[in-house]
Amino acid sequence: MSRMTDVSLIEGATLADGSRSDILIDGGVIRELGSGLNAPAGATRIDANGLLALPGLVDLHTHLREPGYEQSETVLTGTRAAAAGGFTTVFAMANTSPVADTAGVVEQELSLGLDSGFARVQPIGAVTVGLKGERLAELGAMASSRASVRVFSDDGFCVSDPLLMRRALEYVKAFDGVIAQHAQEPRLTEGAQMNEGSLSGELGLAGWPAVAEESIIARDVLLAEHVGSRLHVCHVSTAGSVDVIRWAKARGIPVTAEVTPHHLLLTEDLVRDYDSRFKVNPPLRRREDVEALRHALADGTIDIVATDHAPHPVEAKDCEWDAAANGMVGLESALSVVHEAMIETGLIGWADVARILSQTPAHIGRIEGYERGIAVGAPANVVLYDTSARRSFGTEDLAGKSSNTPYAGIELPGRVLHTFHDGYATVADGHVLDSAVVAEKARSFRAAGAGGAAAAAGGAVRG
Amino acid sequence: MRHLLSTRDLDRAAAIRLLDIAEDMADTQLREVKKLPTLRGKTVVNLFFEDSTRTRISFEAAAKRLSADVINFSAKGSSVSKGESLKDTAQTLQAIGADAVVIRHGASGAPRTLANSGWIDAGVLNAGDGTHEHPTQALLDAFTIRRRLRPGASRGAGLDGVKVTIVGDILHSRVARSNVWLLDTLGAEVTLVAPPTLLPVDLAAWPARILYDLDVAIDEGRPDVVMMLRIQTERMRDAFFPNPREYSRRWGLDDERLARLGPDSIVMHPGPMNRGLEISSRAADSAMSTVREQVSNGVSVRMAALYLLLSGNTEEGS
Repeated sequence: MSRMTDVSLIEGATLADGSRSDILIDGGVIRELGSGLNAPAGATRIDANGLLALPGLVDLHTHLREPGYEQSETVLTGTRAAAAGGFTTVFAMANTSPVADTAGVVEQELSLGLDSGFARVQPIGAVTVGLKGERLAELGAMASSRASVRVFSDDGFCVSDPLLMRRALEYVKAFDGVIAQHAQEPRLTEGAQMNEGSLSGELGLAGWPAVAEESIIARDVLLAEHVGSRLHVCHVSTAGSVDVIRWAKARGIPVTAEVTPHHLLLTEDLVRDYDSRFKVNPPLRRREDVEALRHALADGTIDIVATDHAPHPVEAKDCEWDAAANGMVGLESALSVVHEAMIETGLIGWADVARILSQTPAHIGRIEGYERGIAVGAPANVVLYDTSARRSFGTEDLAGKSSNTPYAGIELPGRVLHTFHDGYATVADGHVLDSAVVAEKARSFRAAGAGGAAAAAGGAVRG
Repeated sequence: MRHLLSTRDLDRAAAIRLLDIAEDMADTQLREVKKLPTLRGKTVVNLFFEDSTRTRISFEAAAKRLSADVINFSAKGSSVSKGESLKDTAQTLQAIGADAVVIRHGASGAPRTLANSGWIDAGVLNAGDGTHEHPTQALLDAFTIRRRLRPGASRGAGLDGVKVTIVGDILHSRVARSNVWLLDTLGAEVTLVAPPTLLPVDLAAWPARILYDLDVAIDEGRPDVVMMLRIQTERMRDAFFPNPREYSRRWGLDDERLARLGPDSIVMHPGPMNRGLEISSRAADSAMSTVREQVSNGVSVRMAALYLLLSGNTEEGS
């Protein structure tokens, strides 16, 4: 059986807790940990001295664009970008065309991910039909589908109708689902172009006030408390939102929250030259907000980092600010940005990174295999990261289809050198591997693992 | 001067130099033959994505009196309205050899994007972008104030200590923004008067005093200059104010308020005016009003701006 899949011996890696260990990967799972492990015949040996081994990263918020917007990204190119960034699972947002609001679309998304093989693609279902905010999509059908959807979101739009939000929160309790809310009061943000404050007034750009986010979060945590449902808040961007979530958690409300890498590093001052690479929704905020978000992530008020990877073709950004699309690609740069914003500042350690970028996002999304991190018997999702590297980030570091990164020319620490997904390599020596090779590895893994422990651990959804 | 995108970028010396050149231009406009050969062979494109006949003809007159070739490119009825991008339009203008592009655009920052893009080599002159800036309007306003307050002796002078009160829709006004920065640079004391809904939420960084009450501004502020901004009645649909009558009562320059201004005060308006709304006819037509002067000064100031943009390029090239 093991001949069907890869055997790799990672030698001398540093684990997130600071200890050193070899990691033997075989049959898609971590077989053995310890020092001086013997490499079985035919094993690929990887010298990981000086490299950090983290569990494969999990992104709860990725826009893969397929079906419908393949000029921006496809499942294949998006999961290549994921692998380049050390991700082994991405949750695919529902705002495709057609919208992922039926079992058929989420199953198609799932299949495309399995074919690609670069990362597990776990579809997110729309809360409302067509993201229109009018009536509930078939949440139960998506939950029972082969895609086993547990996360539902109208991301891009807010479920602003309070009654509809209440019903959605209640309904998904039947299958342990969670509503991931894009918190944006629509009336308060009509035509909004950037954070509302001193700079928006000077630049003459319509403001996106913090209160438009904070008021929805406040309403939603109270609704979640009232009906006893899980709520997840997407891309928290303001200091006031942090205060509301901190209050809700202290009250015992089952709310989780994410922050994007860009909101941990970049501020609204970058908008001053109307460079549309910095146009994103929610918008870049003030330095005080960035500081509050970092501290909230460090103290657990914010649970996870999620990329909101939002690819766009060149023409969608190569225009005046008002006409430019919102969004930034983020998968390839996420770990380096978290490294810069959270590790270099001493706010958290690498074990926390494993928690906020792997274990907890998997738990919120109710997928298994990530709860133990790098442990014997766990699915072999591993990333090897060179923490000592420093580089000027550039489009050559991108592996997806689009190049709308805000970090071009910015110096960032660290570099992903190897990514293993289900025991086979998707990135080696800093290079994303050939798509056909990876697709074949994925097929072999599925064939070998059918009915096996690895597939069960890596593929099942807790029901 | 490579581009003229905002007054916030202008330092005091550059602003005064431009105003002084505008004085020279104004002098030439008193001659029988108004046309100068200065920009012969240069091509100026008026690229207007928004309708503005007044601003366009002012720029057109300025360019023509400097002997430049003028091409008017209006978005209405052109390929722009069929979805051609700013980039494609810019590259078209580059291909036909534009030396300067005078751009009016509904999106704040579009002139900056054009100037920074690398799509075009021409100098870019902002003729009003969204709710951001309208630098030549502020320059012609400063020019007008300087001339009125220092008749015959305005050259080289700033506006030090001059009290200017700007009244109206500050939030959406590119004229107000450009005036605030330029007037402050020239040493004037600026007061903004508006309903709170029509002010940006955070004005701490603006070099201006903020008042909600026009009567306080007139009676306690004793302004040398009162500048009324056009109020767009459609704003009341978005609940910025209840209705035009209430706006006019509280923030309009009516006859009674006009009478309380000092005898040497001046009344300005960038036009077009809503007579009876933000300004009464008596105020608009009084001897204190500079409304028509502003229009003729606009040509002189725009001649100066085009001269600095285009003759500067020639010097660099030779």
